[in-house]
Amino acid sequence: MNWHRYASPANFKRLSDRLMPWTAGGAAVFLAIGVWTGLFASPADYQQGETVRIMYVHVPAAWMSMFVYANLAVAGAAALVWRHPLAEVAGRAIAPVGAAFTFLCLVTGSLWGKPMWGTWWVWDARLTSVLILFFVYLAYMALNSAFDEPERGARASAVLALVGAINLPIIKFSVDWWNTLHQPASITRLDAPAVDPSMLVPLFAMAVGFTFFFLAVALVRIRAELLERRLEALRHARVAGSTIVERA
Amino acid sequence: MNAALALVVRDLRLALRTPAETLTILAFFVIAATLFAFGIGPEPQALARVATGIVWVVALLACLISLDRLFQSEADDGSLDQLVLAPASLELLVLAKCLAQWLTTALPLIVVSPIVATMLQLPAQGYATLLLTLLLGTPSLSLFGAIGAALSVGARKGGALLALIVLPLYIPVLIFAVAAVEAQIAGLSPRPHLFLLAGFGVFALTITPFAAAAALRQASE
Amino acid sequence: MAAFLDMGGYAAFVWPAWILSAVVVASIAMTSVRRLKSLERELAEVENGRGERP
Repeated sequence: MNWHRYASPANFKRLSDRLMPWTAGGAAVFLAIGVWTGLFASPADYQQGETVRIMYVHVPAAWMSMFVYANLAVAGAAALVWRHPLAEVAGRAIAPVGAAFTFLCLVTGSLWGKPMWGTWWVWDARLTSVLILFFVYLAYMALNSAFDEPERGARASAVLALVGAINLPIIKFSVDWWNTLHQPASITRLDAPAVDPSMLVPLFAMAVGFTFFFLAVALVRIRAELLERRLEALRHARVAGSTIVERA
Repeated sequence: MNAALALVVRDLRLALRTPAETLTILAFFVIAATLFAFGIGPEPQALARVATGIVWVVALLACLISLDRLFQSEADDGSLDQLVLAPASLELLVLAKCLAQWLTTALPLIVVSPIVATMLQLPAQGYATLLLTLLLGTPSLSLFGAIGAALSVGARKGGALLALIVLPLYIPVLIFAVAAVEAQIAGLSPRPHLFLLAGFGVFALTITPFAAAAALRQASE
Repeated sequence: MAAFLDMGGYAAFVWPAWILSAVVVASIAMTSVRRLKSLERELAEVENGRGERP
């Protein structure tokens, strides 16, 4: 499959037009299921009471914050190795979405921590490493837009995305490596999950819904970035053209 | 290899000829640390509790300030292109720049740090470990700083951008270094933290040459 | 209904978490689509030659 084909705005538009109904529709369906089951059709936890409903936004947001970052790192590698314009704009397009999910993860976690641990924030390994992830997203966005030529910003921030990828395993294993207040993973354990099935439905519905949402939004944003680049190029050409006309 | 050594020697000569730069960083280190003493108040117990953290945070910021010009001066006078195009491997030259930066900035900071620690009432059992953590940890600061400096060459908003890139990478160094000293003061073994600090240094040493060289290559295009 | 809104006494934590999530997700979608639409419009103007000369 020749991915370079999709780098041209017209081709990417065709691809995204074909995928958009599926991604946007999937997001709507799964988020609706997630909201319904998460808020109404699931029991309260025997230990955590109704606060367990915060989990249905908190945990999927946490997964997304890492999933989007993994995408960012892959796009960065592609931008550096193949100099693929689509990879260059993809990083710029998805970074704010990843930062938003990380922000949601931190805030909802804080709202869950207050009733459960009695504090909004603790400096344990999991919270600290997610906070660092948020900072890295901010640094990525600042670096990406810090240059006059967008290609330079794209490639510089791609290097940063790859360096920052070390944080992903640290986040994943922070609850196992350090004794922390944050509970260890109870869903992705290899043996039977330690979560009641009635809670898994809203959890996975929200996670799948967020993923479809991310894909749909990424398509829209990448298209916008491609248009923006094209607009810039046209304007440059026009300025160059008009000076030539004036000189003649 | 020789080219890398020559680069270290050149940078050291440059620093010796204009010691003002190093002295300014040292002055910043001492003054900023004193600010904390004023901010927290003169009670010895209160200061002793936070002395390690202050020394480390201020050393980290001093390091950050010195990084601003690490590659930018080369980019301004055009010698960056020569570095990139030189027959010697750019990865090695990056390490040479880091070594020179460490020798001219971090080493003087480490030498002065016991004085600052004394002013901040650091408990006597903490000094050796503090120096050890600085020796083990500051190379990581120089290395990660080099990545940030290379990435932000030619950027529109230099200084603040560099801080935004580099500080998240500095957090683990700070955490493990302070934890080691605190453990020693509390009568526990600082070794696990020191190992983590050293391991982080090895990680920094492995990725910095490639990341910074990649950044410099695309900056000089 | 009142019991549902009360969330077992944890209303002050559960509702902000969900509402904030909804607001963030909705605003990402809206700003992204809006930006695409305005860029499409701008590009059409420039390509039709009616665009302003910068």
